[in-house]
Order: sequence, then structure tokens, then C-alpha cells
Amino acid sequence: MKTTYLMATLALVAATSAQAQTKAPAPDRATEVMKAAFKERGQAKLDRLNQDKAMELCTKYTVTPIPRKLAAEIEAENVKTIPFPADGKYLGDWKAGERIAQSGVGMQFTDNPANPSGANCYACHKLAPQELSYGTIGSSLYQFGKLRGYSPDIAKYAYGKIYNSQAYAACSNMPRFGHNKILTETQIKDLVALLMDPESPVNK
Amino acid sequence: MYRTIKPTAVKWLAAVAAFGLIAAGTAGAQAPAPKAAAKPAAASKAVAAPVTPAKSTDATVREIEKYREALADGNPADLWEARGEDLWKQKRGPKNASFEKCDLGLGEGVVKGAYAKLPRYFEDTDRVQDLESRLVTCMVMLQGFKYDQAKRAPFGSAENKSNMEALVAYVTANSRGAKMNVSLSHAKEKEAYAIGKKMFFHRGGPHDFSCATCHAQDNIRIRLQDLPNLTKQEPAQRAYTSWPAYRVSQGELRSFQWRLFDCFRQQRFPELDFTSEGSVALTTYLARNANGGIFNAPAIKR
Repeated sequence: MKTTYLMATLALVAATSAQAQTKAPAPDRATEVMKAAFKERGQAKLDRLNQDKAMELCTKYTVTPIPRKLAAEIEAENVKTIPFPADGKYLGDWKAGERIAQSGVGMQFTDNPANPSGANCYACHKLAPQELSYGTIGSSLYQFGKLRGYSPDIAKYAYGKIYNSQAYAACSNMPRFGHNKILTETQIKDLVALLMDPESPVNK
Repeated sequence: MYRTIKPTAVKWLAAVAAFGLIAAGTAGAQAPAPKAAAKPAAASKAVAAPVTPAKSTDATVREIEKYREALADGNPADLWEARGEDLWKQKRGPKNASFEKCDLGLGEGVVKGAYAKLPRYFEDTDRVQDLESRLVTCMVMLQGFKYDQAKRAPFGSAENKSNMEALVAYVTANSRGAKMNVSLSHAKEKEAYAIGKKMFFHRGGPHDFSCATCHAQDNIRIRLQDLPNLTKQEPAQRAYTSWPAYRVSQGELRSFQWRLFDCFRQQRFPELDFTSEGSVALTTYLARNANGGIFNAPAIKR
């Protein structure tokens, strides 16, 4: 019994150090070539090629779905990063939200970092039905609040999802707008209003 | 030379006129959206309109298709091709040499069908090279330009036309109708493909995007633009064989290196270094995935 335990521990240690060897010291040539292919320009520095644990795993599991256990780990780690608004309010101004949803500027090396970023929601999602130029990479968010109910729980979920999408669906294609400092708290609230205000065209 | 260009220029003006008309039509169809932001009351009224969004979208997509067809009739890429042919044959640089001794893989000076087999391994440089990096090599080795000079101004603007883009137009036009046939027989070609694949799937930047975010699924769009699944042969063929292209919205002919450069810009990555090993590796991955497709560029795009 004791021997089995010891052997299991040894095997675990060996596995861990093998992993550490492949990751830590010499990055593989592919990674070196990739990093050398880019040069920093304006706000886009080379550290943008670095990955956190979630993105490292999501890169690996782009084609094959990520195993449930790893997905749960990513979600648990990311949900911890969300500072829900201190005032307990999730809804801002849906009209401002619509403008943010339309705008695709921000964070490109050609963008002025002094200006606020957009969220470009329409690039991937259907929202207000008047906007015909919407993408289909993400699901339709038309009637988001109307279909789910205008409850504080759904508003809180919407806030969290926009803040850090990896907290609710590991390896989602959606950017982590709050976590990666693309949008401010006020901007995210405006987007939540676009989704959750009964007066928003999204819910008409 | 100017005599051959003139009819093209006329066609080009016609294409621009058509663009204006259809762009106006599209803008009209989308007009309610900005209003939704500025004037909520008007927006709410528009919601009640009986037209379903799905149908309108299909109609908009059909209009865009019509616009593309209208454009195809007069492609100003001809102007870049003609300038590129001149540049190819001109004696230039400190060594006063033309490109007519430049080997694009099929022998000195052979342009016919060369692009359909690029990128490929070249013994003289011991590297896998795409068209643009090979042209840089020829400018350095044959014409005597300094490496930095040869790499300068890879992408043109109205004020500064790019010689590189003109040369790319000329060489690629000479593969029109050729079947894409990128080899992975050399070990370095295999390595380039593997590195390119890794780059394609690498998620990063503030938006967590990779090439695969937009280009590894079937039948999706960004706004109204169809996104080809570049991991699959048929859509990869359709996409790859339509670059380089004259971009109406920019008034410039854009090379495949530019296509990658601008994708990464929108991906919020740092700047892709022109003709870097990684850029050639990614091109190798995409070009190889398009093998068997019939090359049909320079094309014309919105």
C-alpha cells in the first residue's frame, strides 16, 4: 500500500517536472518564429502574444472541444476576476450602449489609446432588428431581456458575461471586455441596458 | 504603355460609379441603425415595420453579390500589373539589373505559373519563401539594394505607390488559371506549414482572438461579410485564389502579405513584420490548404 502510494507520488512528480521542462526553459522553435514575426507598434506591444492559462488551453482546444474538467477550471478561475458593480446597479443607458455596440474601434495599433473603445457587438451578434448588418459568429441577442425576463439575476449574468466571457463558457470566442480593460464599468452597464432595458430596441 | 492602359481606366471609372450607386443603396438599407443610437423614438417606430430582418439581410446580401459582379467587369488591378511588368523588365538598383534573372522557383525569369507553387523552399537562401520575400531577395542579390531598402514601403497609398505591390500584381497575374500546387516535400516546407498552423490557432491580444476565431467555422459572417473556413479545402481555395486584390475602398492593390498584416491589426496583435519567417509560414499553411484550387487573381473586392 505504502509502496503504491510512493510510486504514484513519484510518477506524479515525474509527470509534473516533464511538463515543466517542455514549458518553461526553451520555448519551441515555432513559438520563437511566431514572436519574431511581430514588432511592437503604438499601443500594441509584444506582450500581446503572451497567453494566460485559459488562452493557452483554448488555443490547444480550438478544433476539439475542451474537456469538461478543464473548462470548469477556466470558468472557476475567471469568475473570480469579476468585480460586480459596488452600487449593485447593472443597467446604464441603452442609447449609449447601442453606440458602443456599433463601434469597432479600440486597441488596434492604428487607434488612439486616449479614445474609448467600442465593443463591436454587431460584428458577431444580432441585436436591434433595425441593424441589418450583423454577424453570426455569436448567437442572436435579439429580445435578450424579453425572452429571459427582466430579473436582477439575468442583468448580473449579462454584466459578468460581458466583463469576462470565459467565466461562463470556457473558450468562448468572445473577448473579456472588462477583464482585459477594453471597456469601463460604465460602458458595460450601458451594454447591459441595451440587452435588458424593456425600452431598448433589442427587446421590442 | 499608356495606350494599353486607357480602356482599362475607363472601365475603372465605370466600376467606381457602380460602387457609388450600390454603396448608397446599402447605406439606405442600414440607415435605421445609427438612428437607433441617436433617436430612440424613431427607432422604436421602425421596429414595428413588417419586414423581417432575416429577409432584409438576404436582400442586402444579394445586393452585395450584384455589386461584386458589377465590379468584376473592370478591374483597375490591370494598372498595377502593367506597372509591375515595367518594373520587372527595367534595369534598377546599384547593380543596374532587371528581375529577368530572378528565380521564383521555376528557373531564372520564369513568371508563368510561379505563384501557384509558392511559398516553397529555395536552396540559395536555404529558406522557405513566399513571393514577396523572394522579390526582396532578388532586389538584394541581383539589383544590389540594401535589405532595408528592398523591404521599405511594401504597401502603397495614393501619394506613395508601392513598387512591391505592382510587382506582386504582375507576377500573380501570370498564374491566373494555374492550379495551386504548394509542395511540402522539403523538411523546411513541412516545418513552415506546422509553424503557420500554430500561428493560425494562437489566441492572444486584449481580445483573445486568433485567426481561427473567424476562420475555422463554416457559414459564419462578420457583419455582412462571409468568413471562409480556412481550415477546409474548398473555402480555403476560394479565399486564397482571390488574393492579391484591388480594394475599391482603398484604391490600392493589396498583396497577400497585406491581407495578413491587416488581419493581425484587427486581431489587435502587434504589427506583422513584412516577409518575416512567421508571415511566410502562415502563408504556407493557408496556400497549402488551398491546393487544387484554380488561381484567379488579382481580383477585385469592395
